[in-house]
Amino acid sequence: MRNGDSALMVVAVYPAVLGTYGDSGNATVLVARARQHGLTVDLRVIEPYAPVPASGDIYLLGGSDDAGQAGAVDALRQDGGLRRGVEGGAAVLAVCAGFQLLGRCFPAGSRTVSGLGLLDADSYRLPTRAVGELLTRPVTDLGVAELTGYENHASGTVLGPEAVPLATIEQGIGNGDGTDGARQGGITATYLHGPALARNISLADHLLEHVVGPLGALPSPPYAERLRTERVQAARAGADRPRGPVQELFEQLSRRTRRSLAGR
Amino acid sequence: MGLYRVDVGVAEGRLPLRARAAVDAGRMVNLLSRGLRLGDGTTIGGVAALTVEPALLAQVAVGRSVVLVTGTNGKTTTTRMLTAALSSEQRVASNSSGANLPPSLVVALAADSSARAAVLEVDEGHVRAVSRAVAPTMILLLNLSRDQLDRTSEVRQVASDWRDMAAELSEGCLVVANADDPMTTWAASGAPRKLWVAVGQPWTLDTVLCPACNELLERTETDWWCTSCPLRRPAPDVALDGDRMVVADGTETPLDLLLPGRANRANAVVALAAARSLGITPEAALPRIDGLSSVSGRYQTVPVAGRRLRLLLAKNPAGWRETLDILDDSLGPVLIGVNARAADGRDTSWLWDVPFERLRGRQVLAVGDRRADLAVRLQHAGVAVTMVEDLVADLARLPSSVTTLDCALTYTAFQDMRRHAQR
Repeated sequence: MRNGDSALMVVAVYPAVLGTYGDSGNATVLVARARQHGLTVDLRVIEPYAPVPASGDIYLLGGSDDAGQAGAVDALRQDGGLRRGVEGGAAVLAVCAGFQLLGRCFPAGSRTVSGLGLLDADSYRLPTRAVGELLTRPVTDLGVAELTGYENHASGTVLGPEAVPLATIEQGIGNGDGTDGARQGGITATYLHGPALARNISLADHLLEHVVGPLGALPSPPYAERLRTERVQAARAGADRPRGPVQELFEQLSRRTRRSLAGR
Repeated sequence: MGLYRVDVGVAEGRLPLRARAAVDAGRMVNLLSRGLRLGDGTTIGGVAALTVEPALLAQVAVGRSVVLVTGTNGKTTTTRMLTAALSSEQRVASNSSGANLPPSLVVALAADSSARAAVLEVDEGHVRAVSRAVAPTMILLLNLSRDQLDRTSEVRQVASDWRDMAAELSEGCLVVANADDPMTTWAASGAPRKLWVAVGQPWTLDTVLCPACNELLERTETDWWCTSCPLRRPAPDVALDGDRMVVADGTETPLDLLLPGRANRANAVVALAAARSLGITPEAALPRIDGLSSVSGRYQTVPVAGRRLRLLLAKNPAGWRETLDILDDSLGPVLIGVNARAADGRDTSWLWDVPFERLRGRQVLAVGDRRADLAVRLQHAGVAVTMVEDLVADLARLPSSVTTLDCALTYTAFQDMRRHAQR
């Protein structure tokens, strides 16, 4: 691909640190989708803090806790492989902490840490942690009306003029200003976990098309459409915003009461 | 099932008036909850009692020797094992059902007011507050890894909370901590008195970086150390070695548990080590621990639709790592259930951290509210999956040679399946 090789190189960046919220699954889904499109894939899982190849076609970064995020950004800055890859035109999917560390700065613990500056974005502490189902409407054409996922982050993000949001919010917090994520050059960033690609296969196609150009239409993986429909409906119903054990108990009681009223 | 009964014993008789009123209020609410067949009446009464008297937990603990058991996995089983071991000598109050938030602790202590000893399983996010309230004799820190992150946010925040708890303990309190888990080691290291038990922590993805200084940890099969700061695996006082407990003085005790799996041998060694520190010899404790065959329904076999289902609890990546080993003991289909209610954690993304690829070649029946999430994950793992819409019908479709199957479930999916079997 970019390096003249026939295989598409997918680089999972430090999944043992940037993978706290299940985002390692994005590599699994992306590789399977690329193969479904008939592409040959060379998956490189880069353990912390081994050298990151600069010749990757698609880089994947996920979420982590504050300390892991601060450790990862230092290592990526020193290594330089990701920067060279992005400057060479590679595609990137960056989720949550991975999104924030591509920007100019982000909070970690009580201090503000410098990001890689590959994305025109600054992150700041939200008044309260954003946790729950996240439902958005993509701003650019991804062939779908909604993106669905789960968000769990303490910081929001303000985009500068070089970047555009990935989507506007229907349900949830995202960047904190009514939008979620960012796009700039080959970078696609978001607060969607789930993992994002497992719930939104069109995002996987979008990353692949950045590298290989337009791809033919393919059916979704089995069960993926059902999962999408379920999660979109659940987010609209507000079913998965966090609740305390007492509220949960009352819901359980009302479920049981309904069941016994229905005559079992 | 009878009404919620409280033995009016010495401890309750000594309670302040407001506390006694609070216990009465809780008792009535529990009674009401059970009478209306709304719940099992182990939590709601405690909520009511704590509303009447917020300091009730401290008051019902006064004068007792309290052991707290916390960690991501193994709390209920270890609590049960230690309770069994200590019961050879005395009455022991315990929240044996796995309900581990403060209201349930109040109910457990108030329900057995004559017991001078108590073993309480405590939610990892609440243990510091509980420790302040009850002034424990001993705290067991089993392990710590990603679980219900919608509620706990970050594993390291929980560890940091434990570390603050350890630092504020009185001289009399002994912390028994897992030396093989860098997270529990870091949390416990500031405690005044420590007993290090090396019982393994096969899941390492939450401690790739040092919890103390954020640099890389190095690991070998049996050891770990930080490449940058002094944090390293402490020399264990007690260890699990295969199926034996080995004490630093060289004495060995063979385990012969009815409960399956490596994780349960780890739980047993922690319970034996704790009992030993409380004056119960392994010889006295072991028969009571070896003989446990199920804990709150876990590992129990229940009949459903003509098949026998062995119920296993599997609710996070670290727990699943141990569960996959247990599943290796059998062949054929497996039933997996995933819910994402408050007690399970609302985000199912963790399913992608479980190496379900190990189930290739076996058929999986996916049940639970979030079976679609599970089905997508299993498809990507190359595992044949059936989404179950009607459990009885789908079980009936299995070949008649399948008489028994393992059934791994998240917390509330487990409760649902037990209820289903009881119908």
